[in-house]
Formats: sequence, C-alpha cells, structure tokens
Amino acid sequence: MATSTIPRRNNDSTKTRGRFGVYGGRYVPETLMSALDDLEHAYEKAKRDRKFQSRLDELLRTYAGRPTPLFFAHRLTEKLGGAKIYLKREDLLHTGAHKINNCLGQALLAERMGKRRIIAETGAGQHGVATATVCALFGFECVVYMGTEDMQRQELNVFRMRLLGAEVRTVESGSRTLKDAINEAMRDWVTNVRTTHYLLGSVLGAHPYPTMVRDFQRVIGLEARAQILKAEGRLPNAIIACVGGGSNSIGIFHHFIKDKRVKLIGVEAGGRGEMLGDHAARFRGGSPGVLQGTFSYVLQDAAGQIANTHSVSAGLDYPSIGPEHAWLKDTGRAEYVPASDEEALEGCTLLARTEGIIPALESAHAVAELTKRAPTMKKSEIVIVNVSGRGDKDVGILRKNLKLG
Amino acid sequence: MSLSFQKRPALVAYVTCGDPDLATTRAVVLAAIEAGADVIELGVPFSDPVADGPVIQRASERALRHGTSLEQVLRLGKEVRSKSQAGLIIFSYLNPILRMGLTKFSAALEDAGIDGVLITDLPVEEAGDYLREMRKRRLDTVFLAAPTSPDHRLKQIAKASSGFVYAVSRTGVTGARKQLPKDARELVRRLRRHTKLPIAVGFGISSAEQFAAVGEFAEAAVVGSAIVETIERNPGKEPEAVAQFVGQLLAAPPQLSARQGQR
Repeated sequence: MATSTIPRRNNDSTKTRGRFGVYGGRYVPETLMSALDDLEHAYEKAKRDRKFQSRLDELLRTYAGRPTPLFFAHRLTEKLGGAKIYLKREDLLHTGAHKINNCLGQALLAERMGKRRIIAETGAGQHGVATATVCALFGFECVVYMGTEDMQRQELNVFRMRLLGAEVRTVESGSRTLKDAINEAMRDWVTNVRTTHYLLGSVLGAHPYPTMVRDFQRVIGLEARAQILKAEGRLPNAIIACVGGGSNSIGIFHHFIKDKRVKLIGVEAGGRGEMLGDHAARFRGGSPGVLQGTFSYVLQDAAGQIANTHSVSAGLDYPSIGPEHAWLKDTGRAEYVPASDEEALEGCTLLARTEGIIPALESAHAVAELTKRAPTMKKSEIVIVNVSGRGDKDVGILRKNLKLG
Repeated sequence: MSLSFQKRPALVAYVTCGDPDLATTRAVVLAAIEAGADVIELGVPFSDPVADGPVIQRASERALRHGTSLEQVLRLGKEVRSKSQAGLIIFSYLNPILRMGLTKFSAALEDAGIDGVLITDLPVEEAGDYLREMRKRRLDTVFLAAPTSPDHRLKQIAKASSGFVYAVSRTGVTGARKQLPKDARELVRRLRRHTKLPIAVGFGISSAEQFAAVGEFAEAAVVGSAIVETIERNPGKEPEAVAQFVGQLLAAPPQLSARQGQR
C-alpha cells in the first residue's frame, strides 16, 4: 500500500490559481485574500515536506484507522444479480466518516501556520465531529457553526461535538442548514482571520480549498485502486459515490480520472421532487454561478439568488457543488445522477439487511444508484461503492421514516 | 454626473434597495442626498451576504421577501438619476451580476446613468472580464482594500480602482462599532503610496464623531448599517428619519469629541 497520501508535486489547479476548466477561483471579500494566499503557500510547502507527509500518514494509520477495507459484498451482489459489488469502508474510520482524512491534514497545517483557533461549518455533523476530534487531539480551540434545522436532525452529533470540547454555535439565518453555517463561518473568519484557521470540510470554497481538501481525500481512491488490483487483478468498471460538496466522491474518483474505462458516477440528492427547493441536484436544476468563494454549478433563481434545497440527508443538502465536479461533468469524464429521499432510505435498509452495514443517509444515495445500475451490468463487471460514512447518526431520522413496527 | 466629493469628509451613504420596498428606498435616497450625502451606494440584496453583519442581513432578507432584483435596483438608479446629480454606485455580490451577464449589466448601468460599481466578493485577480466591460463604457470600478491586504495587493487594488478606493476600516463584517479602529488610519496611509484617487473609509462608522474623525485622514466616510438600522427602526417615516440622521452626521461634532477623534 502506498504511504504518501498527498501528491508532492504541484498539480493542475495550483498553476491556474485554483481553476478546473472555467470553474473554481477565489471569490471572497478582500479581507480574506491574504489569508488564502498564506494558506496556499503553507500547503504548497507542507506538501513537499517529508516530515509533514509522514506525520499525516502516521496519524491516518494509527489514529484514524487507515487503510479502510475494500469489502466484497457477496449477498448484495447475488441479490442485485449483476456486477460484482465492492464497498470501500470509509464508514469504519474514527469518527464514522471520511471527513477525518481532511481534518487531520488541515490540523497539521494550522499547527504549522501557528493558528490555534479553528472554526468549521457542519451539515450532517460528521465534519463538525471530525473537526472537534482533531482539535481535541491537537489542543486547539474549536468553534463549529451549524444550522438549527441540522442541529435538530443530527442531535447526536451536536452532543458529540460538545463532549469533545467544541463550542457549537447555532445558525438561525436562511434555510438554517449547511449553506448558512458556511456563511456564518466565513463571517467569523473575516473577523478573526489573523488568529483563526477555517477548517472547511469539503471541496468547496475559494482556492486552495477545493484542491487541498481533494488532496487530503484522494487517499480513498489510492487505497481502493491498490485493493481492487490485489483482489481482482484489474480496475473496476464503475465507481459510485454520493456528492454533497463532493469530498468523498472526488477522493475516490481522483486516482481513476486518467483510467478512461472506469466509469465515475456521482449521486446527488434528488430530495422529494424536481421543483427548485425540493432537491439538491445541482446538475439537474442548477447553472454556473458564484457561491461562497467558488464558481461552479449553483441552484439559483432567475435573478441570481441562491435557492433553498432539500434532502433527507443533511450532508447533501447544499445548493452548490465542488468546482472540480463541475469540470468533470462538463468534460463528460464523470456522470451525475440524482437519487430521491425515498430511494436513499430504501438503499439504507437494503445494505443493512443484506450486508449488516448501516450506511449514512448520504452514502445511502450511492447505494440507491447501485441498485439501479448493478443489475444492468454483466456478472464479470466490477463496481465499487464508496460507503463514505456510517448511519449511527441517522438512526433518529430512519426511525421516523421507516415503519418497522 | 460623476463621483466627486464636495466636502471633507464626504458622505457615502449605503442603503439596501427594496427594504422595506423600492418606493421607500427611492424616497430615502433622495432624502439622504437632499440632507447632504455625496454618493449613494445602492445595495443589491443577496441571499448569502457573507460580508455583512446582522443589520444588513436582516435588510436583505426583508428586501428579498418581495423579490427585489438587480434589474429593479438598476431601474431605481435610473429614477434617482432623473432627479439628482449625486454620485451613484451599485454595491453588490457577484452572483446576481453574473446571472444578468456582464454585458447586459454594464449597458444597463450606462443607460441608467449610474457612475460605478463595487462588488464585495470580487477581488482584483478575478476581475479581468468585469474591468474590460466597465472600461468600455467608462464606468467606475471601486475595489475594497483591507487592513490585511499586503502592499503588493494594495498596488493592484489601486490600479484596478477608479472613482475612489474603499478602505475597509477593520477585519470583520459590516456593522456599527463604538470606536474607529487604528487599522483604518494605517491602511489609508499605506494606500496613499499607491494611488492619487480619493479614499473612502467604511465599516463601523455610525456617529458624527467617527465621521468627523475619518475626515482627518480620508476624503470620505461610508455609512451603511447605521442608515439601514435607521430605516428598520422608523417604519412609515423612513425618509424623514434618514434625513435627520444624515443631518446629525454632517453637523460639526462637539469640540471634545473632535479632539478625541484626533488622538
């Protein structure tokens, strides 16, 4: 297994100031520009520093629990009657989701930059918990912004963050979900930028975040590639992952982008319907625009106001998408499909009952797409699903939605 | 019909358009000009105002509740222009402008007789297309300079700016503060090395004392949240209340306070 998780060389987007085709860039108030420059330089330097690499790799291994297994889902494969199904088990990581990969990387960076106050946003609470966790580990002060709507549906994670010593600040504005939590975190950062690092949780926001977070997450694909080659002696035919901001999906996709025969499939939140406001399928109802620092597909109205979104899973409930995904979409390298709330709930139950794995509702969207796609594939074909997180946090919602008696 | 600062400090007054409605905004703007405002920033409400504090956030929400759009704000600007020669600036986040399209936007500005634009979340690096469109029609482009901007950035900001440069008085979001931070004076001093343009200082200015104090080191002071709050607190008599507030700002401050301001 490869040990160096992040690329040491400069790559595509750093040379073009964070552009993926026309997408990406850096659209923030002037006050934040120098902090983003500093972060970019610190990251570029850290990438080339073997000590940084080895500390990160060690933490990923001994603290987070990497590498995560690639599991052959025998019963699910039989049940769906098509392609061989493998599950990348990011749900087994410490804190319960892939978010910890990025948090450890950024915490090491914050330490290098001498910033000991960390702020973060969270939707499902998984990034908030991972941030609170690394802050406890590094002895940082930690403030997490979370919309009140999300706090209700992800109550357990709110408590976990507080238990870990983080301050959870409620966000009452707008739709009271992830987007509004990011607004509040940006307002905090613009105020305390000299002392504070903003530990953004997805491949969103201004450059260098989309590139940096991608680099910290690409370990998922790096491992999956080696694991599938070991298990099957060849690359998979398709990889399926859910896409909110898009960090778990870009993490598993990135190492396969050059392998043109591997289909990359991102699954967005189809929510409860196709009307604007009822879903978070940016590639179905969105158009290019600027939100929270980056140029990408955005769900918006005719006047350029950002639309409300809906998804049963808080982690996918966001009106924009990482700029690299926008580029992968436009170039046709990846394909993006929606899965509805209902389909995700069914996917969750299916995985629970056939493999004994309760996925996060976010990851359940990827399972939903799998149930449509696997039966159409040949038995000799292979598909990998990224199980980005575990479903413990969603038990309350599942209970409300599934009538199990 | 250009951006000019007649007195020192000149007053740049910000309003969120459409709060509580467009007819009131028009009356408020004309009242503010009548009371002595030199330049009006016509704020375009946006759903996600990351650079704004609670006062302007609330105003934006009120304005968006009845669908205030950039198109309507441009029309409002045209109406104000037909009645006044005061400087007019569109103050907006980028997305509504992108959605309209830069060409259509700049044509509408020219047609309305609006002098220039300030886009909160468009730093100079990303402003290439925008600058080209605006220059074609000789429209002014005001950029923000921040206390955290290093000198090499101030140089770029000064170069891209026309009309005036907007110096952000402190790190943070918009909103009134009791004291004028030291950052502001230092930033203006650094900016002067790169530009001969007038400099307007904004963020946190709400009292006659602060306003006068800015006049010691800058050509203009921007007052935003304090005006928006005046509108919020005086339903039904917004124009009169804003005129009175502007009158107070421009009145010579008491001697004691002026001395405090000089320190």
